[in-house]
Parts: sequence; structure tokens; C-alpha cells
Amino acid sequence: MPTKKILKKTTIHLEKIITDPFIIRGIIAGIAVALVSGLVGCFVVWRRLSYYGESIAHSSLLGAGIGILLGIGINFGVVFVCLIFGILFLWLQQSKSLSSDTLLGVIAHFALAIGIIVISFNKIKIDLHAFLFGDILTVSSADILGMYIGVIIAITLILSNWSSLVLVTLDEDLAKSEGINPLYVNVLLTTIMTIVVALSLQIIGLLLITAMLIIPAATARRLVNSPEAMVIVSTVIGIFSVIFGIYLSVEMDLPSGPSIVVVGSILFFLSHMFGIFLKKE
Amino acid sequence: MNSLISATDVNVSKSGKTILKDVSIQINKNDFITIIGPNGAGKSMLLKCIMGFYQPNSGIIKIKPNLKLGYMPQNLDIIKTIPIKVQKFITLKKKFDKISLQKVILETQIENILDKQLTILSGGEMQRVLLARSLLNNPDVLILDEPAQNLDVSGQMHFYKLLQKIYSKRELSILMVSHDLHLVMVSTKQVICLSNHICCCGQPQQIANDPEFLTMFGKDMAEVMAVYQHANKENSEKNNNSLGENHY
Repeated sequence: MPTKKILKKTTIHLEKIITDPFIIRGIIAGIAVALVSGLVGCFVVWRRLSYYGESIAHSSLLGAGIGILLGIGINFGVVFVCLIFGILFLWLQQSKSLSSDTLLGVIAHFALAIGIIVISFNKIKIDLHAFLFGDILTVSSADILGMYIGVIIAITLILSNWSSLVLVTLDEDLAKSEGINPLYVNVLLTTIMTIVVALSLQIIGLLLITAMLIIPAATARRLVNSPEAMVIVSTVIGIFSVIFGIYLSVEMDLPSGPSIVVVGSILFFLSHMFGIFLKKE
Repeated sequence: MNSLISATDVNVSKSGKTILKDVSIQINKNDFITIIGPNGAGKSMLLKCIMGFYQPNSGIIKIKPNLKLGYMPQNLDIIKTIPIKVQKFITLKKKFDKISLQKVILETQIENILDKQLTILSGGEMQRVLLARSLLNNPDVLILDEPAQNLDVSGQMHFYKLLQKIYSKRELSILMVSHDLHLVMVSTKQVICLSNHICCCGQPQQIANDPEFLTMFGKDMAEVMAVYQHANKENSEKNNNSLGENHY
């Protein structure tokens, strides 16, 4: 019977997947990414920061190059450089004579260009393809430990400032009148976005990090009616996309980042249609 | 120092342009002050300085210790992207007790919309929700920045009536920036006419006859005000005769 054969084949594959240490590590790391990107992604969607996130992600290649050159490790290099660029972007956004998307566009691509030049030095051996699109096979146990430390820091920072963050999102003047400093909140969000970028680089890849921030949150938006529910639903959607995306990437030998993003995008279109359907009801 | 808030000789200039020049203003207990003035007159800047959002180039702003301020913005920056219910928004990051919450809900007539999403409120509902939030911690001074800007005429009337009612029932002072001169004239006790400096200030009746006011707003506006005051006087006389309350 052909169906039995397929079933048997699938079971063997599944067995292979859940016993393969590389894939297990990839999935555990991917869940770390989903845990923070679901949470931070909601703020990116609410505050319309997707291009800002993209710009931070673009400067991560330079961070990786500098991390290797200085011997401080890729993750530290990425956090360090992204944080500097993140604060530079924040400062540029205050400018009135050019719109912030123009300025972000200039600086983000400057960072990307200089990053590619730095990693093209002979001394640095780096798999550019893995950096751009993510490669779960590169994840080590030490990476996972580092990632979950990042996850705990990011989640603690957000939850302990939760209501201030939401209030600044709703109205900066209102927040100011109640003693919240919007600059502090913006620096906080930038720091957390930097951590997310550093975490996601290995799994999702530089080019698709913003997708991981936006898609789960945007998918959740239509299904919820409170900020907290949006965070929870978006995290669940993120985790599902990661697990199913990695499964697909192993099964069909695809790069992991794009597979995860495709799964997330399909969920987005489904929730969009579901939302339209609900409205008609 | 008896006044709740006092600003003395406040000067603000930005990129060579004078925005506020030697502006002094005092807010005492039970004051109802309305700031009027043309666009770019520095009205919002004055509020920003008073609330400490902006550091003036010179001048002293004194706020009585432990004074509770309530601030009502014109509108919210971003509302479409975030799902949040009215009740949640009003109480977000606020210290309050159940009794004050219930009181505020009744005062601002929002009991029917507490479970609505903020994104689908009408203009009038939104203003009442913002007002409710600013009243929740029982402020001593309520600061409003063009609160009825986005409403149609009947919405504006309704809003100012509500504000008048709250003012008469609560022990609070109001400082408001408003363009809706003819509508606020009956409620407000003092008008400050601002055009980078204070042109004139006083009771609405005095203002209407002030030559500086006439040059700035023209005779038409003064006449409009006169008509409203006249009507108001008649009303209050009637009310006095019948010993009724002074309704708008």
C-alpha cells in the first residue's frame, strides 16, 4: 500500500530528526528566537519600527566581522556594533530636514557595505551564505546557552517595564506627563532589538530577521483584543513557525531561515483571511 | 507661595525665533484659565514648559510640592496598530482605587464603552476616555491641550458642558488651550491672550473690549464673544430669578 509506505517513510524521517543532535540544537535555538521576537515584534508592529529593525540587522555583519577580527566572538561583536548603530539611528531619527527612512536607508546600507568589506579580508573565514540566510547546523551547545541568557535578559527588561513601554507606544506626551522618559524607553527597545538580532543571526539570517519580528506579531494582531494576548499569540505562532520551518528545511534540504519565514507568512495570510471572514460574520 | 503653579518671566527661543517672551502665569486653587492665541503663538510650548517637558531658556517655574497634575492630550499618536480596551487604557500604569474609577466612569459617561477597543472609538468617545484617564488620580490641576480640536460643533458643545460640570463638582483648577473661544467663554473665569508674549488677560468680558484683543482677533470675534456673554448674562439673571443652578 502506498499510503503505508509514505507513513513509514515519514516516521523514519521524524525519528531521524528528533534524534539528530544538530537538528535538536537548531530547534532549541529557534525557540529562543521565537520567544523574544514574538514579544519584541509586537512593539515593532505597534510603533512602526520595522525599518528601524531592518537597519539594526544590516549592521550585524559588520559586528560579526569586528567580533572575529578582535577575537571577542561573533555574538559580542554583533551586540556591540548593533547597539552603537542602533543609538546612532535613534539620534538620526530626530532630524527634521530628511525623513528618518532616508537616513536609516543611508546608514543601514553603509553598515552593510562596510561589513561585507570587513569580512572579505583574508583573515576572516566566514560562510556569508549562512550569515545571510541562517544555518541551524552551525549552532553549538555553547551558543544555545548564550542565546537563552539573552532571552532571559530581554524578557526581564520588557516585562519589568511593560506598562511604561505600552504607554509610550500609545502617546509620548501622555507618558511624559506621567514621569516616563521616552528616550529611556527608546534606548531600552533598541537594546532589546539588538539582542534579538544577535540571537537570530545564526538561525534566521541577516536578511530575514525583520520578518521574524513582524510576521508573528502581524499574524496575531487580527486574532486578539489586548496587548498581552497579542504577545502570547505572536510567541506561539513564532514557535510553531520555527519548529515547522526547521522540519521542512531538514526534510527538503532548504536553508532554515527562509523555510521558517515561509511558514510564518502562510500563517499570516491564513489569519488575514480568517479575520476578513470573522468581520463578515 | 499660595499658587499651585507659578511661571515667572519664561523665555523660550528656538533657532533664533522667539516663541515665548517674558510670560508669567499663575494658577491658583479653583482657577479656570483658558489660553487663546493665533497659531504659532507658543500656547503648546507654554504648557510643555509648565509640565516640565521643555526646559525654557530662562524663567522660573514653581510647582507646589505633591501637586497632582492631570494631562489630557489632543489625541493619541498611534492607536490603530495596538489592540487595547478602553478600561485597560484608562488604568494603565495608574495608581487608583475602585471608588475613584467608578466615579470617573460615571462623570465622563463612558460606562457603555469600557469594553470597546480604543481603535474604534468615535471622536467624542475618545475625548471622554482621555479626560477620564486624566481625572483618575484626582488631580489638583487639569491641563488640557486643545481638547475639542477634532470634534464637530455639537461634539465640542457637549465636551465643554461636560468639562464645566466636572469643574463645578470637583475641587480642581483647569488650565486649557483652546481655539473654541465662543464656547469656552461662558465656562472660563480667566482668559489669557497669548501671542509669544501675553497681550492681555482678564475676565472674558474685559478681554472682549481690550484693544490688543481687537487687533489680534478682529472685531467680528469680539462681537461673537459679546453675543455669547450677553446670552449668558441673560441666562444667569433668569437663573438667579428662579433661584436655579447656573447651567450653560
